Amino acid sequence: MIFLRLSVISIGLILIWQVVVYLTGSPPYILPGPLPVAKALIAKWETLWFHAWITIAEIVAGLVIGSLLGAASALIMMASRSLKRWLLPVFVISQAVPVFALAPLLVLWLGYGMGSKITMAVLIIFFPVTAAFYDGLRRTEPEWLELGRVMNASPSAILYHVRIPAALPAFASGLRVATAVAPIGAIVGEWVGSSAGLGFYMLHANARMQTDLMFAALALLVTVALILYFLVDWMMKKIVYWQIEE
Amino acid sequence: MVNFLTFADAPGVMLENVSFSFSGAMLFSSLDFEIKGGQWTCLLGPSGCGKSTLLRLISGSLREGFSGTIRFGGVKETKGQTAWMAQKDLLLPWLTVLNNVLMGARLRGEVSGQRVETAISLLKAVGLGHCTNELPATLSGGMRQRVALVRTLMEDRPVILMDEPFSALDALTRIKLQNLAAELVQGATVLLVTHDPLEALRLGHRIYVMTGSPTRLGRVVLPPGQPPRNLDNPAISAMHARLLEQLVVTV
Repeated sequence: MIFLRLSVISIGLILIWQVVVYLTGSPPYILPGPLPVAKALIAKWETLWFHAWITIAEIVAGLVIGSLLGAASALIMMASRSLKRWLLPVFVISQAVPVFALAPLLVLWLGYGMGSKITMAVLIIFFPVTAAFYDGLRRTEPEWLELGRVMNASPSAILYHVRIPAALPAFASGLRVATAVAPIGAIVGEWVGSSAGLGFYMLHANARMQTDLMFAALALLVTVALILYFLVDWMMKKIVYWQIEE
Repeated sequence: MVNFLTFADAPGVMLENVSFSFSGAMLFSSLDFEIKGGQWTCLLGPSGCGKSTLLRLISGSLREGFSGTIRFGGVKETKGQTAWMAQKDLLLPWLTVLNNVLMGARLRGEVSGQRVETAISLLKAVGLGHCTNELPATLSGGMRQRVALVRTLMEDRPVILMDEPFSALDALTRIKLQNLAAELVQGATVLLVTHDPLEALRLGHRIYVMTGSPTRLGRVVLPPGQPPRNLDNPAISAMHARLLEQLVVTV
């Protein structure tokens, strides 16, 4: 069902795109139609695919590291009130600094390679995951906790057996948001300074007025981002298997 | 009849000089109260009179604002004495029925083959032998509360605190579960709080009405015969009328 809807939406968007090109009569170097873009995509498939893999690797690495760090910080804040009082402001401050402003610095410090892009992605992913998971950990049904205490459970057993599983749905929604925004980090990083990746390739094509290639790279990026999102969504549904779909 | 759980010599609970205040309001003031061992004691009262609070004080999960002494058969140690059954079934949605029943053992790291066997035979005894591996979401309200009852029994504690565990069920399911509970916890010391006088008359060896502010306990009511009682006895009906009267006065 979802694939049917997705195809209908895609075809609809492509049709609107074609209509806009037709009505405005834009030259191909301003707004190429779907057909030239498809041609460019096929002609440069290998190059595009190479760059796409770099971007995918950056996003996935960012997601894995970012969500692990996010989960760990949420657990640390849960475990220690005093640490929480110090960590929470740091997290909020870190979010007040725009990642886009940090990008040039990160490239300067970490170089043109994948490191700076992964760090960008981690910075973007980290906060939604931490915030959502921490919120979930704190909002455990109070009566479950009370029942656990009457059962003589230690706080760590309650954390492991009750609080963490109870917070997994919240963690999953945090990770979904993170997956949706993760490509921003990688692409911005590539724009600021890199030698590979879809962001780099788009800048490169832009400089040469190869607008059809820019669009081809963009289409590939959107596809990759969508596939990643649905993959994460599917995994999260497996992990929080007890949640019933509305 | 299930006979692998025996609550022999379950201790009584003595509350001496118990006071409790919550955000400035005195809920209990120097309350003395004895809960007889091995019997069902029912506390009747309107909402907000402190029934649940009293259970929490006895279970030891509420300490702030509390003063006084609570003894279990002469011992002043709440740990490991009580099991708790609430109005909500409190089943963990990610655990199967069997693992929910074993929740206490899992939390304490005490799961053993023997416990699993006991859990399965108890589940069979309450008619849930066929759904040990189901998730709670697939069960009806009555089935879920039966799972909660088995989880409470699995704790194997001499004192069982029940906070209106039957009140969310429909009438027929409620009577069945009351009978099941009465049968399975025989010999344990049970403190049941409820706002339903008929429930108290069906199940209680001793019934108290909670009144006033700070809350006091009325004179003990001793319904004739052994619980679970049929309610067709005229003496019970008369008691029901008197209890209702007392409750109406307190509201």
